Amino acid sequence: MKPTTLLKQSLFLLLMSTVACMQPSKPKKTDTTKIPVKGVIQAELTSPPNVPKPVGNREATKQIVKMEVIETIGTMADGVEYIYWTFGGTVPGSFIRGRVGDEIEFHLMNHPNNKLPHNIDLHAVTGSGGGASSSFVAPGHEVQFSFKLLNEGIFVYHCATAPVGMHIANGMYGLILVEPEGGLPPVDREYYVMQGDFYTKGKYGQPGLQPFDMGKAVDETADYVVFNGSVGALTGNNALTAKVGEKIRLFVGNGGPNLVSSFHVIGEIFDKVHVEGGSLINENIQTTLIPAGGATIVEFEINVPGKLILVDHSIFRAFNKGAIGIINVDGEENHTVYTGKQMEGIYQPEGQTIQNMPDEKTVTELKATSVSERMKYGKQIYDRACFACHQPNGEGMAGVFPPLANSDYLNTDVNRAINAVLHGLTGEVIVNGKKYNNVMPSQVLSDEEAANVLTYVYQSWGNSKKEVTPEMVKSIRNK
Amino acid sequence: MSRFLLLILLLVFTQTVRAQKPMARIEGGAFAPLFGTTNQLVTVASFFMDETPVTHAEFLDFVKTYPEWRRSTVLRLFADQNYLKTWESDTTLGKNLNPNAPITNVSWFAASAYAKSVGKRLPTTDEWEFVAMASRDNKDARKDSLFNVSILSWYETPNTFTQSIRRTEPNFWGVFDLYGLVWEWTEDFNSVLLTGESRGDVDSNNTLFCGGGAVGASDLMNYAAFMRFAFKGSLKAHFAVQNLGFRCVKSEKES
Repeated sequence: MKPTTLLKQSLFLLLMSTVACMQPSKPKKTDTTKIPVKGVIQAELTSPPNVPKPVGNREATKQIVKMEVIETIGTMADGVEYIYWTFGGTVPGSFIRGRVGDEIEFHLMNHPNNKLPHNIDLHAVTGSGGGASSSFVAPGHEVQFSFKLLNEGIFVYHCATAPVGMHIANGMYGLILVEPEGGLPPVDREYYVMQGDFYTKGKYGQPGLQPFDMGKAVDETADYVVFNGSVGALTGNNALTAKVGEKIRLFVGNGGPNLVSSFHVIGEIFDKVHVEGGSLINENIQTTLIPAGGATIVEFEINVPGKLILVDHSIFRAFNKGAIGIINVDGEENHTVYTGKQMEGIYQPEGQTIQNMPDEKTVTELKATSVSERMKYGKQIYDRACFACHQPNGEGMAGVFPPLANSDYLNTDVNRAINAVLHGLTGEVIVNGKKYNNVMPSQVLSDEEAANVLTYVYQSWGNSKKEVTPEMVKSIRNK
Repeated sequence: MSRFLLLILLLVFTQTVRAQKPMARIEGGAFAPLFGTTNQLVTVASFFMDETPVTHAEFLDFVKTYPEWRRSTVLRLFADQNYLKTWESDTTLGKNLNPNAPITNVSWFAASAYAKSVGKRLPTTDEWEFVAMASRDNKDARKDSLFNVSILSWYETPNTFTQSIRRTEPNFWGVFDLYGLVWEWTEDFNSVLLTGESRGDVDSNNTLFCGGGAVGASDLMNYAAFMRFAFKGSLKAHFAVQNLGFRCVKSEKES
């Protein structure tokens, strides 16, 4: 061998090895269209916030999915109803779970009583319209089509019947998960959360059956931005649960139709985020963007007990339009991770009614004629204006927001409580022997509304059962 | 022989009763339908339209006279399994059905046969749309946002097919219930097509194929009409659907 040839060869080898070093070692991409399918199973479909069991290391199979479209009246918020169009009776629709290589035989049934034709576009489908062109179905009919899951990831599905925006705005979306061969790494809990924006004739909280408002939808001015289809779908008794030490995985979608979500969990950092629901994994993320018609998988380990709060960090949506959810975490305190006493730097949520300088007047509407009516109206205001800080059952948040349940601060002086609601409260207070130093903004409420919400608080959670009247509020306001 | 005569008389009589369903005269005119451009007006000749949709009671008379349109005898080619499925039997409605509610679960073939039996026909889509663009006070209320909102709100409301006809106020022409109760068959229901994949329709050169994207439509905000066309696009002539009925029309020159 001539020396020059040797030199050339070694140079070539060197070059090759450099190139090889620059490429991250990736498993060779297999042709997923060729993965053989074994057996047939009825697909397990679940309503939110639950997900079907993981695929584990099962082989690719044929799954039969039966999805029914149901148009139905549901609750958007306390006292507010809305006509939802749904996949499987819920918003978001039933969760579908499979693995790469699975073949899905999809049956779309349109309930006979429905008014409209519907179809389905699954972003996990490789093919015309994502299935939409094969699944257009009149009320009282059923269609069937099949597809193979070629790409892993978390995908949105939605209705794509004209007018498409309206079908999505009324709740026709959900998620389909395609796990890799061997499944996603096991975790302790998985949940299904999906954001959506809604456009109603009346403003946020206006009671009654609220029709869809096409004008607002076109202008993209949402009245409601919510998780899982309604205000309160993930709070109070519907809150998610977890335990200290557990690994949590959330499948989070965004149905839109218009708004992009800045998804954030107050009190946690995502250890892992599947960026845009795909194979790229990012780590140590505070807030992740979820586009309309997109989804993501976030994972985190829980270190301390308390409440984790899911929000769209476009934050007025959280506190004024409903985009709020809660994970209640039980378990042992870990003071190394979180002392529970620091108040600096904690994000300070605001109330949900419009807040303003104390002198402005607002319009009154409902007049309660009995204590029980006062309770009813008061609860609606509480759930709108107070619960974000003081929590659904007045338990407050240790060290940050004082409790309203069994509160000596309230029960010893009703005028002081009225004053706090009307004018806000700043600085150090002692409630049930514990010090709090924070700011409560003044609430723009009428005499009637303030009386109702205070009566609700006083009649609830072991307080002194006092009735606060509009006259009492008025006398404090005029001082 | 006399029995035969009686039967003939009875036939003529029932036909007359059904034919006497009140009709409103529609003065013909030109309009720009949803699909097309505003400089391509469609002309509609004067005609008469049933003031209300055909009811269960009226359709019951029809199947009593024409046994081939009974539930148990109708050919599957002409009506699917849902045909008249809410009726108690071939010739009884049953206690739970409101005889004055619009007939639904009828196929296009059955609706056409009914119309023929009373000397009428189904309206064309153009005729139906021409009458249906009128509000109480206006021949063409399509630019009236409140009118559009009220139609949309009906299209969103489930289970209105059990209500009696003639409960809402009549429109400009004196026609009732074009909105509020049920969808209605038209003679050429499948001539304006939204394909199942309505978003793809935008690209099509054929002006008849335009849907959710609405690029080819003359009035972008006429979402109510989109829903109507989408609905019709999902149908086949033998389908019988819970929310779908019909009414008849008659051309002026024939009568």
